[in-house]
Amino acid sequence: MNAAFAWLFDPEHWSGPTGIPARILEHLGYTSLSVLFAAAIAVPLGAVIGHTGRGTFLVAGLSNGLRALPELGLLTLLVLLTYVGLLPVVISLVILAVPPILAGTYSGIRNVDRAVVDAAHGMGMRSSTVLLRVELPNALPLVLGGIRAATLQVIATATIAAYVSLGGLGRFVIDGNNAGPGSPDGYPQMAAGAIVVAVLALVVEGALALVERAVVSPGVRDAARAGRSARMRRRPTGDVVENPI
Amino acid sequence: MIEFRDVTKQYPDGTVAVDGLDLTVEDGKITVFVGPSGCGKTTSLRMINRMIDPTGGSILLDGKDIRESDPPLLRRGIGYVIQHAGLFPHRTVLDNVATVPLLTGAGKRAARARAAELLELVGLPQEVARRYPPQLSGGQQQRVGVARALAADPPVLLMDEPFSAVDPVVRDDLQQQLLRLQSELDKTIVFVTHDIDEAIKIGDRVAVFRVGGRLAQYDTPSALLAKPADDFVSSFVGRDRGYRALGFLTATGVPVAPVATVPAGGEVARAREALVDGWAVVVDEERRPLGWVSAETLSQMDGSVDAEQLVSGGSLFEVDSTAGTAGSLRNALDAALSSPAAVGIAVDGRGAVVGGVTAQTVLAALADARRSGEVPG
Amino acid sequence: MNIDWPWPWLERNLDDIAEATGEHLFLALLPVLVGLAVSVPLGWAASRWRVARGILVPLAGVLYTIPSLALITLVPLALGTRIIDPLNVQVPLAIYTIALLVRSVSDALAAVPREVTAAATALGYRPVHQFLTVELPLAVPVIVAGLRVAVVSAMSLTAVGALVGIGGLGQLITEGFLRNNGVELVVAIALIVVLALVIDALLLLVGRAVTPWVRAQRGTGASA
Repeated sequence: MNAAFAWLFDPEHWSGPTGIPARILEHLGYTSLSVLFAAAIAVPLGAVIGHTGRGTFLVAGLSNGLRALPELGLLTLLVLLTYVGLLPVVISLVILAVPPILAGTYSGIRNVDRAVVDAAHGMGMRSSTVLLRVELPNALPLVLGGIRAATLQVIATATIAAYVSLGGLGRFVIDGNNAGPGSPDGYPQMAAGAIVVAVLALVVEGALALVERAVVSPGVRDAARAGRSARMRRRPTGDVVENPI
Repeated sequence: MIEFRDVTKQYPDGTVAVDGLDLTVEDGKITVFVGPSGCGKTTSLRMINRMIDPTGGSILLDGKDIRESDPPLLRRGIGYVIQHAGLFPHRTVLDNVATVPLLTGAGKRAARARAAELLELVGLPQEVARRYPPQLSGGQQQRVGVARALAADPPVLLMDEPFSAVDPVVRDDLQQQLLRLQSELDKTIVFVTHDIDEAIKIGDRVAVFRVGGRLAQYDTPSALLAKPADDFVSSFVGRDRGYRALGFLTATGVPVAPVATVPAGGEVARAREALVDGWAVVVDEERRPLGWVSAETLSQMDGSVDAEQLVSGGSLFEVDSTAGTAGSLRNALDAALSSPAAVGIAVDGRGAVVGGVTAQTVLAALADARRSGEVPG
Repeated sequence: MNIDWPWPWLERNLDDIAEATGEHLFLALLPVLVGLAVSVPLGWAASRWRVARGILVPLAGVLYTIPSLALITLVPLALGTRIIDPLNVQVPLAIYTIALLVRSVSDALAAVPREVTAAATALGYRPVHQFLTVELPLAVPVIVAGLRVAVVSAMSLTAVGALVGIGGLGQLITEGFLRNNGVELVVAIALIVVLALVIDALLLLVGRAVTPWVRAQRGTGASA
């Protein structure tokens, strides 16, 4: 255990392009890039499906189907099908990040009180205005919940992606493993990397929770909390799925 | 016999739910605990089967302190019915009713046979036995709850607001059924309600509790209405208590006067002659009342008395004292007050008109009863 | 990438594939079973005491958040296991299962109507008997739902263990990747997905079979 912490706090490992700070930035870079792409696809799609009620099967099908797909398999398959580089990895990460955001947005829109939506129509709002001004703001807690789950999923999978030569914090684990457990850069490096990844995930989770609190209208927040705890469960990798009960 | 001896329940936060309760529940009777919320009536009930243990005093069941009994064993010998029935949603109706026989070691077959008997006893058709509780109506669920409580044939039955979650019509039905069951089974029943009318209707003895867990009065329903112990009881019993007390006096002493009757389908001209004080009762072939006619209504009929055009009558009251089903003074007075002719129609056991009473005659009969000491004044 | 007609490769390696599949099932399912066994008493405690819930539920949230590869890597540090020990994968999977199910079990037990538990006590059930025959059966639908998510996730997460040298179908994935053998890679992925979905379907069916009352209720549209 001491060896792991010695490795972690060695000043040598905190500078340069392969140091811990650089790897953290890389990791956050991949993560935000992938989540942004995924959100750009999944939020509008989820909003339209939730608003129109058409294509519901897509939401359930995607989250159920993708939960069984091993992340490692998806990454290696895409890299093998294309080439070793950033693009296939980011595509994998986007694929994994879409379902939770889609499910979050969809259930967020669906959970908006029907009376509120009726009232909006009754006041003469157009369908698009209802979606943008009424449904989406009310759905925000679940949309953000989906984004939070997707972000944690991507942080976890980006770590695994070091195996297919991606940078980021997974490098320490993979490189340590390749160096052999006995070597000074072996297990201590792996454990140090794992600790940093775990801490990063917890910090990001906390930060996103704070963002959620700051952004969501207090009137919506309380109402959403009840619905969320009852209807949504998170899977181990942080994916929001609709509970099949 | 259930005896409460100076029973007190105080919660750790200092709230006193029951304060020095002394009370004896008689065997084979329905004893009702009634009072506003927070009066300790439910707490008192739940102390009998040790769902709650008192902090002071003792409770004796047939002379034995219940603290000496193992709670689960004690409870298996005491039936318990609660609001919403509390049926097990994961077991069929039959298995719900078979619960206690199974707990006490009866075989599955015997327990289910017993359960089927009980479903019949509470008036449920056999086909509900295989259903699950949520597939039943509220009233049916409550009947299953009663059947389940009776399954082990316990001598004591505790009922905690059992009928308060069903609609008034169903409630009336369930109350009648409970009285019918009790006349057959002679259980010692303790019944909790917040509804004084329910208490008076079904109780042999009624204990009125006041907030703070003190017993305000313990008496028969008629005594409670006639002589409330204090202002709290009198206001709890309600404004109409004098009128409602008439419900406990039979109308056998009320003289029944002849009343004008005309047959339905008879000639209008004859009917007009038969009117007394401007009114007559229209009857069918069995002399059962159909409604009233006056000179005005007759003038709108041509030829014969039309049963479709009658003035609807008031309530009826029964005077067949030989069958023991005589109506009360309350029924008689209500019949007089609700009649368009101000004459209450008295009928016999078969429903045939035997005469009429006015409010004055009813009140005169009441005054006579008071004078002779039949009624506490 | 090299994807040949798969039969020759499959035929040659059938034994290895079978062995890896067996190993994968052992690695994935045992922790879920252990997790289930631990979650029931923990969930019961969380449903019963507010303090227990206040500790267990946030802790479950934190454990959930830790990425799988990190948790797998940290087990030897925490437990002193060897670097390639099946426990390194099984302990994290059990942790994820517990983190998921403690909350399900506790919510499900807390949702049992009070009048039902009161009625059971009043009829003379002893506490343990009442928990096993009244409360736990009523919680089964929610527990099975959580279990299905846990088992499918465990099947796919087990593959990550291959990165630190632990067997199962994940090893066929890394091997196929390193040897540029598309058939091996696709077969391993397909086996994981199909097995996960089959187990999921089995759990769904078993769950339905042991809770006949749920369907009866849905049929009438009545609520409990």
